[in-house]
Amino acid sequence: MSAVEQPVTPLERDAIRSVGTAHPRVDGPLKVAGRAAYAVEHREAPYDARPLHAWLVQSTVARGRVLAVDAARAVAHPGVVSVLDHTSAPRLQEGEDRELEVLQDDRVDFRGQIVAVVLAETSEAAREAAGLVEVAYDEQSHQAAFEETEDTYEPETVNPEMPARTEEGDVDGALAGAAVVVDATYETPVEHNNPLEPHAAIAHWDGEVLTLADSTQGVHPVAQTLAPLLGLEQAQLHVVAPYVGGGFGSKGVPHAPEMAVVLAAMTQPGRAVRLAVTRQQMFALTGHRTPTRSHFRLGADADGRLVAIEHEVLEPTSRWKEFGEQTAAPTRMMYAARNRRTGHRLVPLDVAVPSWMRAPGEMPGMFAHEVAMDELAVACGLDPIELRVRNEPDVDPETGKPFSRRGLVDCLRRGAERFGWSERPAEARATLEGDWWVGTGVAAATYPAMLNPGNEARISAADGGHYDVAIGAVDIGTGARTVLQQIAADALGVDASCIRLRIADTDLPPATVAGGSSGTASWGAAIVATAQRFRADHGDAPDPGVWTQAEATDAQSEDHALHSFGASFAEVRVHRWTGEVRVPRLLGVYSVGRVINPVTARSQLIGGLVMGMSVGLFEESYRDPRTGHVVTQDLATYHVASHADVRDLQVEWLDEEDPLASPVGGRGIGEIGVVGTAASIANAAFHATGTRVRSIPVTADRFL
Amino acid sequence: METRIRLTVDGRQRETSVDTRTTLLDLLRERLDVTSPKKGCDHGQCGSCTVLLDGRRHLTCLALAVAYDGSEVVTAAGLTGSEGDDETLHPVQQAFLDHDGYQCGYCTPGQVCSAVGVLRELGEGHPSHVTEDLTGPVAADDDELRERMSGNLCRCGAYPGILAAVREVAGQPAGGIA
Amino acid sequence: MRELDYHRADDAAGAVALVSGDPEASFLGGGTNLVDHLKLGVARPRVLVDISRLPLDQVEEVELPGDSGGGPGLRVGANVRNSDLAAHPAVRSGWPVVSRALLAGASGQLRHQATTGGNLMQRTRCVYFQDVTTACNKREPGSGCSAIGGYARYNAVLGASEHCVTVHPSDLAVALAAVDAVVVVLGPDGERRVPFEELHRLPGDAPERDTTLAHGELITAVELPASAAAATSTYHKARDRASYAFALVSVAAALELDEAGRVADVRIAWGGIAHKPWRARVAEQALLGAEPTEERVAAACADELADARTSEGNAFKVPMVTAATQHVLQSLQGGRR
Repeated sequence: MSAVEQPVTPLERDAIRSVGTAHPRVDGPLKVAGRAAYAVEHREAPYDARPLHAWLVQSTVARGRVLAVDAARAVAHPGVVSVLDHTSAPRLQEGEDRELEVLQDDRVDFRGQIVAVVLAETSEAAREAAGLVEVAYDEQSHQAAFEETEDTYEPETVNPEMPARTEEGDVDGALAGAAVVVDATYETPVEHNNPLEPHAAIAHWDGEVLTLADSTQGVHPVAQTLAPLLGLEQAQLHVVAPYVGGGFGSKGVPHAPEMAVVLAAMTQPGRAVRLAVTRQQMFALTGHRTPTRSHFRLGADADGRLVAIEHEVLEPTSRWKEFGEQTAAPTRMMYAARNRRTGHRLVPLDVAVPSWMRAPGEMPGMFAHEVAMDELAVACGLDPIELRVRNEPDVDPETGKPFSRRGLVDCLRRGAERFGWSERPAEARATLEGDWWVGTGVAAATYPAMLNPGNEARISAADGGHYDVAIGAVDIGTGARTVLQQIAADALGVDASCIRLRIADTDLPPATVAGGSSGTASWGAAIVATAQRFRADHGDAPDPGVWTQAEATDAQSEDHALHSFGASFAEVRVHRWTGEVRVPRLLGVYSVGRVINPVTARSQLIGGLVMGMSVGLFEESYRDPRTGHVVTQDLATYHVASHADVRDLQVEWLDEEDPLASPVGGRGIGEIGVVGTAASIANAAFHATGTRVRSIPVTADRFL
Repeated sequence: METRIRLTVDGRQRETSVDTRTTLLDLLRERLDVTSPKKGCDHGQCGSCTVLLDGRRHLTCLALAVAYDGSEVVTAAGLTGSEGDDETLHPVQQAFLDHDGYQCGYCTPGQVCSAVGVLRELGEGHPSHVTEDLTGPVAADDDELRERMSGNLCRCGAYPGILAAVREVAGQPAGGIA
Repeated sequence: MRELDYHRADDAAGAVALVSGDPEASFLGGGTNLVDHLKLGVARPRVLVDISRLPLDQVEEVELPGDSGGGPGLRVGANVRNSDLAAHPAVRSGWPVVSRALLAGASGQLRHQATTGGNLMQRTRCVYFQDVTTACNKREPGSGCSAIGGYARYNAVLGASEHCVTVHPSDLAVALAAVDAVVVVLGPDGERRVPFEELHRLPGDAPERDTTLAHGELITAVELPASAAAATSTYHKARDRASYAFALVSVAAALELDEAGRVADVRIAWGGIAHKPWRARVAEQALLGAEPTEERVAAACADELADARTSEGNAFKVPMVTAATQHVLQSLQGGRR
């Protein structure tokens, strides 16, 4: 089947019937009853026989060579089938991704790297045997501490392909002449995505086709990435992911465990092999957010108008695979100032590879920027909202393009009204209620509207006025399965009940990753384009069986800057005795274009705010520099927000549509809730106590 | 070492041979194909594996199956009922649907079981960390529900929807929540 | 996890005989800590003796025996689940600190599983202890202490040694230290009573030993003497997350004032501070007979903490536990419990 290219036109306003309605989540009944099948829970063919259990053995040194893997005791353990190591694993084709070169050589690049895989009849045997594998190393010296080193360098680009450095005007001159200067350093720690479903997959190799039920944010990206390394045609990889227990970026690209289970399955033709990564193993093997150190210099005139913005970032990458978090990217488009400089420098460390975590770049970068803006407001004696209003740019400062919609001020004003901002005392440390210091804070949020090329949809007419709509998109909990049905309904001009949607399978037309807040726009564009082509080709009363497969072109304006905006407002209480920090109120107001489904959108935005609070208050991985080992490798030492932490938490969005950003009129909502939230909490904590905290998490010990 | 045990799982008698090392969670998921309880941490730190064990909410990851011979296990899948050929949802499950108290759904069966347990504990007058007066009656207010549900983590952050769901069922007459 | 033999005990004496006679045997109670350790490889017994069905599940109001101090009190069976103990009316009115400490610990599910005896025997949550790929003297004597110079946020500030710097994780144990509980222990040679402060030990040069119990000795009950102070007692647990988190520091305190508002009786125990629940006897002495003002409490805590040793990662515990103690004693004066 081949796709046609179809210039897409945005959904007409009067065609919108299902979009925008509170359609309940279509997979809800399965989920609340626990009947949705996640990766290793698949029991249909070819996974129906009792699968073998794989267990990963990880390196205990940060750098060196594997001298020998002694599996004798492991293999002798009852139920153990085999132990794979770099001498016995199937060979991969040459690739450019060191992370996926699992068991291909004796090199150890980081602590926790996969050095062997045990296969056994039961998980008990596999786990025990993994502990019996003895690995001898030639250990080499390593660098795991995040500090300036001789090896620090400036990369050519940062994620995904942005220039590492930008410069405009005379920053140093403007700072020298500025009436007010904020010069401070802000830090964010190592963070781990920690979806509740650990990475997991079940694989089956029949000698021709590799079938993989994976916990991933993109089935086609997994097949596209793994197939060439395995020396297979992409059609020989059949990947499905009908239900995925969250990802938050960590399942956005295949990581080493997926390759490990695939290699293991290829040694056992005809037998399924399952791998459930343990929570502890996730801290080494499934990506993390690199720590960031942002040095900001803001210069302003006496009434708070910025004359210079400088944001210099220092952050680690792994020595063996570069990942530069685009921490300064939002600084380039956020506020007006004639003189501006941003740059990233990377410290290569012998550590696991950093990767995507919800709002890479924006989350740490906007934490730094928005606390710096709060400091500037204090230094200028200005209300922090007024300061931001005064620094609104007319056009995108980076590209000079007009914004399709710049909703920041509207979000700030609406939020201020709803939050009761006018009641706020101007001075910090002004309110003590019982045992608690009370304060409020605000921060801005932004996220780019991304629309990925490479998506196709297929629409087939079925009996009874039904339509089969197929695309390889994945619903990681976002509600894609529900909103794509709504989009298809309106694009075809039929009731949503007439749409039978299939997703999450590489047998379906190709789709890009559920990441970067791009899914609904990217997959939706393909569905809208296909519907338009379908109607053009087959009319309004198509014969059952006719079908169209198309890819959208011209889906997004190239002449505009396309960004979502938001404002988060936090009330923070700091215990006057113990310093414990609580957030009784949190409000986010967002400008995100058209909301396709208010039910799932609200949950997405709330979820972003909760994670923003969580990174603001709790989340920090401790990587022991002596070993390169993340020792806080569970959910008791890596805290994420619990029920008790989330109190009066509200979200709201502005009523708008943005056909320039996508044919469905939306700009994406998955990430923006996590942007700025931590800064609003740190700013509120300052307002409560008078203590300025420039790094997250904002913990009790800062206030003693 | 293998031992034979008997369990009632979601109303069904199951007799099986288990490795004494097998956790109740792995027995359910890997041997009995009862995958409604989820493995989120295998470490007692997330609540995804929560079931009702002899009527009380219980983690299955920190339980050796052999020690629970003779017990009754009810998972989220076992909370559903039936009307004719149709499956009907437990009021707590329906409230989760009505309030969108989940996203990815992975923690959801554990949250549902925990909520059912919380409502029973409230009915029995159990206090919690946030109960102001330890010697008085306990109320099913939001603070109490949040605290009591805190052993179930949700990384999608669906807590406000979950709270609304539990609150709604807590407000119903006791007969509606059993 | 090694392959395991499993025995369900019929009576306590039989269980004690089985375990005390086999260095590779362990008692299995609620399992919340041991099953975790089996999976992590931290504990590698060959035999499990399941005591969870022994009929040690009663809470009784009793006259305590002479070697528990005599007088009215409560006898709590070792298998009483944490949730049931916290909810027991006699505990809620007579020993609120015990209810409060239990309810501040773990989660609703875990409290249904965890037993009174098991709670006291739980082991540290030090990240290195729980990770068999790192050195830890408690897990593997002589291998070294990774926590020294490593992740320090939860480390001890009092009573640590060069061999171990970790803390005891139990909340209940801190409360029991404050109310002068007595632990009833059954061994191969019969029953003995251990004053609570003598149950847990400081690490010294044998951090592998958490308690003073011999292998095979089984806690069968805990006895709580009644007192006016115990009835005016409470617990504050300072933690990062609002729930379901181990303590940074915690304070269990019981207070009785005389008519002039001076301290007639005070018991203070600290959690998150040491390898054992830390009974703050020096601070108590400093407060007896005085008005418990903010300043005086701070000074008393300073005396108690005179030998505190901290690193950058846990230095906050000294001011935090001081402030938490001030807060708790102030709350008790205000009638909160």
